[in-house]
Amino acid sequence: MMLEQLNDTYQRSLDQLQNARTSETLETWYRQTLGRKGDVTQLTRQVGYLGPEDRPAFGKRVNEVKKELEAAYQQQLVKVRTAELEAKMAADGLDVTLPGRRYSRGRLHPATQTLREIYRIWGDMGFQIYRSRDVETDEFNFELLNIPEHHPARDLWDTFHTTEPGIILRTHTSPGQIHAMREYCPEPIRVILPGMCYRYEQITARSEIQFNQVEGLAVGKSISMADLKGTLADFAKRMFGEERKIRFRASYFPFTEPSAEMDVECMLCNGDGCQVCQYTGWLEILGCGMVHPTVLRNGGYDPAVYSGFAFGLGPERIAMLKYGIEDIRLFWGNDLRFLEQF
Amino acid sequence: MRVPLSWLKDYVDITTSIEELAEKLTIAGLEVTEIDYVGIPGGRDLERLVWDRDKLVVGQILEVKPHPDADRLVLAVVDYGGDEEEIVVTGAPNLFPYLGQGDLSRLELYSPFALEGATLYDGHQEGQVKMKLKGRQLRGIYNRCMLCSEKELGISDEHEGIMILQGKYQSGTPVQDVLGDAVLEIDIIPNIARCASIVGVAREVAALTGQKLREPNYEVLQEGPPVNKLVRITTDEPELNPRFVALVIEGVEQKPSPEWMQRRLRLAGQRPINVVVDISNYVMLEMGQPNHTFDYDFLRRRADQYDPGGPIHIHTRLPEKGERLTTLDGITHELPPFTILVTDPVNPLSLGGIMGGVDSEINDRTTNVLLEAAAWNFINIRRSMVALKINSEAGFRFSRGVHPSQALLGAKRAAELMRLYAGGTVAQGIVDYYPNKPWQSPIVLTTAEVKRIGGIDLSQVEIKRLLESLEFKVDDRGDHLVVVSPDHRMDIEQSQDLVEEVCRMYGYDRIPETEMSDTLPPQRSNIGLDREENIKDLLVQLGMQEIITYRLTTPEKEARLLPVIKSQPDDRPYITLANPITVERVTMRHSLLASLLDIVAVNRRFQERMTFFEIGQIYLAGEEGLLPDELQRLALVMTGPHIDPACDGDREQEGLNFFDLKGVIEDLFSAIHISGLAAEAASHPTFRPGRTARLLVNDRQIGWLGELHPLVVEVFGIHGDWPVIAAELDLEVILPLIPDEFQVRAVSAYPAVLEDIALIVDRGIPAAEVLNIIDKAGGYLLQKAELFDVYEGNPIPRGKKSLAYHLTFQSPDKTLTDRVVRKNRERIVKQLERQLGATLRDA
Ligand SMILES: [Zn+2]
Repeated sequence: MMLEQLNDTYQRSLDQLQNARTSETLETWYRQTLGRKGDVTQLTRQVGYLGPEDRPAFGKRVNEVKKELEAAYQQQLVKVRTAELEAKMAADGLDVTLPGRRYSRGRLHPATQTLREIYRIWGDMGFQIYRSRDVETDEFNFELLNIPEHHPARDLWDTFHTTEPGIILRTHTSPGQIHAMREYCPEPIRVILPGMCYRYEQITARSEIQFNQVEGLAVGKSISMADLKGTLADFAKRMFGEERKIRFRASYFPFTEPSAEMDVECMLCNGDGCQVCQYTGWLEILGCGMVHPTVLRNGGYDPAVYSGFAFGLGPERIAMLKYGIEDIRLFWGNDLRFLEQF
Repeated sequence: MRVPLSWLKDYVDITTSIEELAEKLTIAGLEVTEIDYVGIPGGRDLERLVWDRDKLVVGQILEVKPHPDADRLVLAVVDYGGDEEEIVVTGAPNLFPYLGQGDLSRLELYSPFALEGATLYDGHQEGQVKMKLKGRQLRGIYNRCMLCSEKELGISDEHEGIMILQGKYQSGTPVQDVLGDAVLEIDIIPNIARCASIVGVAREVAALTGQKLREPNYEVLQEGPPVNKLVRITTDEPELNPRFVALVIEGVEQKPSPEWMQRRLRLAGQRPINVVVDISNYVMLEMGQPNHTFDYDFLRRRADQYDPGGPIHIHTRLPEKGERLTTLDGITHELPPFTILVTDPVNPLSLGGIMGGVDSEINDRTTNVLLEAAAWNFINIRRSMVALKINSEAGFRFSRGVHPSQALLGAKRAAELMRLYAGGTVAQGIVDYYPNKPWQSPIVLTTAEVKRIGGIDLSQVEIKRLLESLEFKVDDRGDHLVVVSPDHRMDIEQSQDLVEEVCRMYGYDRIPETEMSDTLPPQRSNIGLDREENIKDLLVQLGMQEIITYRLTTPEKEARLLPVIKSQPDDRPYITLANPITVERVTMRHSLLASLLDIVAVNRRFQERMTFFEIGQIYLAGEEGLLPDELQRLALVMTGPHIDPACDGDREQEGLNFFDLKGVIEDLFSAIHISGLAAEAASHPTFRPGRTARLLVNDRQIGWLGELHPLVVEVFGIHGDWPVIAAELDLEVILPLIPDEFQVRAVSAYPAVLEDIALIVDRGIPAAEVLNIIDKAGGYLLQKAELFDVYEGNPIPRGKKSLAYHLTFQSPDKTLTDRVVRKNRERIVKQLERQLGATLRDA
């Protein structure tokens, strides 16, 4: 009789449990079934009304029922919780394609970034940085560099003159060569000379009145054109890639003899020819040469004993080639939409 | 310089392809920037007409017969190398003179001949429009071929008549083989003016390819009257005019120059004019010596004024004061005192070496020509050209140095060509006035020097051979060479110049690549640069964008920083350009801030938030009016919302304000380990009153910080309602303050005790003063005092403010007791009460 009642309660509770779909109904079910005043608990207490012969069977069954209901409850609980969590998460999902919140990141100007790269490469090769002034004398910018007044070679540089006679804006960082030599003579020299230079030119997509230049100078007792080629080839490999071809061709600068121009295989067309390299497959990267004896002498070095090489390159031009920048005016225009790409 | 290959081949055999030749020349310093192909395949222009070898051939015109039905057309019988002759209908006016003359084969009349299917340019359309030749009926006669004009071949715009080829050809020869050409465009660098001529280039080609140079014929047949009865030469200035050669050619005929000469001139970029002018240009292009032609009879008439019956007297001299000359381009020049003139006793005739005068210029009626070929000082020529603002082909060459030896050769060559092609008779003898003959001094060269400078191991024999290929005279003296430059060179002064020639001829591409073996110099750091670059990195970490602006500006632009007093950012004078290229860029800047604010204004059009900095020089004119002081500055600007709005960010945005930029500067200074940074309230016309601070380090001023004065924001045209915060700092003071090294404090292992205090003080008391008192009174146990709240308003009385601080007490060596902390706190409060009249808010 009691056993029947127990089995009925068991079956009913189990059915109720299967139908419980929320944490709250589950909780209520537990209280009403297995709680202190729950149906099963109360049945358990009635064991005392049973005859001694029925007690063991009833007791055993009660324990089974409790255990099974407890297990069923735990199972249902996990199911319901999981379902509830999933429903909650489904409700407050994000549109992950919305843009992220950006905190402002600072950046170096692309000219500085390129200069840094040049500094690093030459620094690794033992060249230190030597800076000199922007506003120069005609003497240091031209005369001491073997470019006398009225010499046709002056046509190579369109110069800004100041209202002070003999004072100009440097057209190249080469006057630094004389400053460095006079400071370090008779020590050997390996320096690079970065700085802003100025040319009297219309501002166009290809030419600027102000641009950075990095000049290099090595002076010693046994430096030859072969060293110049080897050193600059090293630089080019590190700057433009191991595989990139380079070539040297004869050129003219008044402060070097012999003079050369170094071309690098065009990185836009890999040497096949394109508009940027004017279909030659080569890009002019730097001018160089063996320091002219007159310049060595003006720096305090005896050209019969000392020799050296010098070179000059344009960081903005290199950046333009590396990043495919087509308009040099972007550098000093400082449009954030340009700067933010670096 | 444009060098037609067909012309070049007159003086040297070309043994390589055009492209290989161009590469060789380029490596040797004669950079070929472009190759123009004429009728032959090559190059990158795929639209260009390439002459069909089978369908465009040389045809010989055997007879010109009348057209049965048309007066304006003729029939030409042409042998084009095919099985039978072809009859062509043509209206070419230059065939009409042959009409009805019967067999013309003895005249050897050749013309480019197009067969049906050939592609040509359409002669009747503007410009170059391609068309395919189709057979058609022309007044009843079927015509399937065509005799071509220059325009139809793409050689020139000439379409008046058909092109007549001079010389003897095999009928049927492809036109490509006769007229096909390539023109090398060579960039002439200043020291190789000797190559600004076809012979000059040929000489290099010969040396580079191991061929022999064939010089032009410099002989002249002279059958006229003795020249020294006709002209005499003198100079005041042998330095400026070392040589003057004159010849007279009588009885020249004014007519077009021969077809081949015109073709060459056109290919070289010159427009043919008439035979006399063309020969003058031709000789200059051919061998590099510019020459000038005068109307002899004009000079003769003038000579009859000063020396009746005597020779014309040509004299070169400097101008007299106020003297003027009208050049043949019609411009009248005031003459600078250093410009050398060619004159006769009456008047100046021409600017020596630069440009002729209009009076004595040859004209349509000229029959007798005085030919001048002279030498001029190249520096003086350039100086004059710059002063007079004249460019000319002659001036281009003379300003780069033409050796005096060339004058005689050029004069003879031009005279002979005038005799041959202008029908002239050359007067006998040459007036060669050569007061200043240059001396080519011998230079010693050793294998060791070639190795030392050039880095190449070459034997003496090899060096000798390389130099001789360029016509140097080389004497082998056993252990060294003695080298004398050839007559046409002016650029060789010392052994290093010879090393370059050896390297060029050896090939720059063959010089080895080595590592420097020389002693490494003492290694020094560039501390100033290192510190600057470090500051850049720190500012970038703090979210600042680096800007680099123009260093050239104007005083007016910078005066916008001081709109009320309308002054400049520094009293010292500006460095000012004598030749600015734009009115926007005239002086070297006194301030970084003005340019930075312009960049803010420009970017504001599409960007709300900006945090910029620039590091760079300003330029203050020097004390003695000589070189300026170039001083390093750092400028910073901030404006806009705190962070950029994002997807979910319609949160109320506060603008960046004074304290954002102050925080950046404080962070920077703590990162470069400069302590003692302080800000004091101050006033500056650039900044907003009450929001301006003078920045100091240990009482030394290092710059200004503030919110821009609204008038400044306005004059710079910075739109938007955001305040603009700016600072300009003096790196000349700051950089030396950066310590080489710094020490860290130990971190205490004992617990810290936190105490908060809230004070009420007068509104006008600076927070820095309060903090200063707290720091001093707190003693060594007070680790940190941090302001976390500033409040005014109810319930704080008017004229007062509340400041609240977190105080952190900590001992390095023990746990603090409550009693000790209380004592310290009381000491702080007492000092605040005593010194500032502060009261505790919650007391
Ligand atoms: Zn390319």
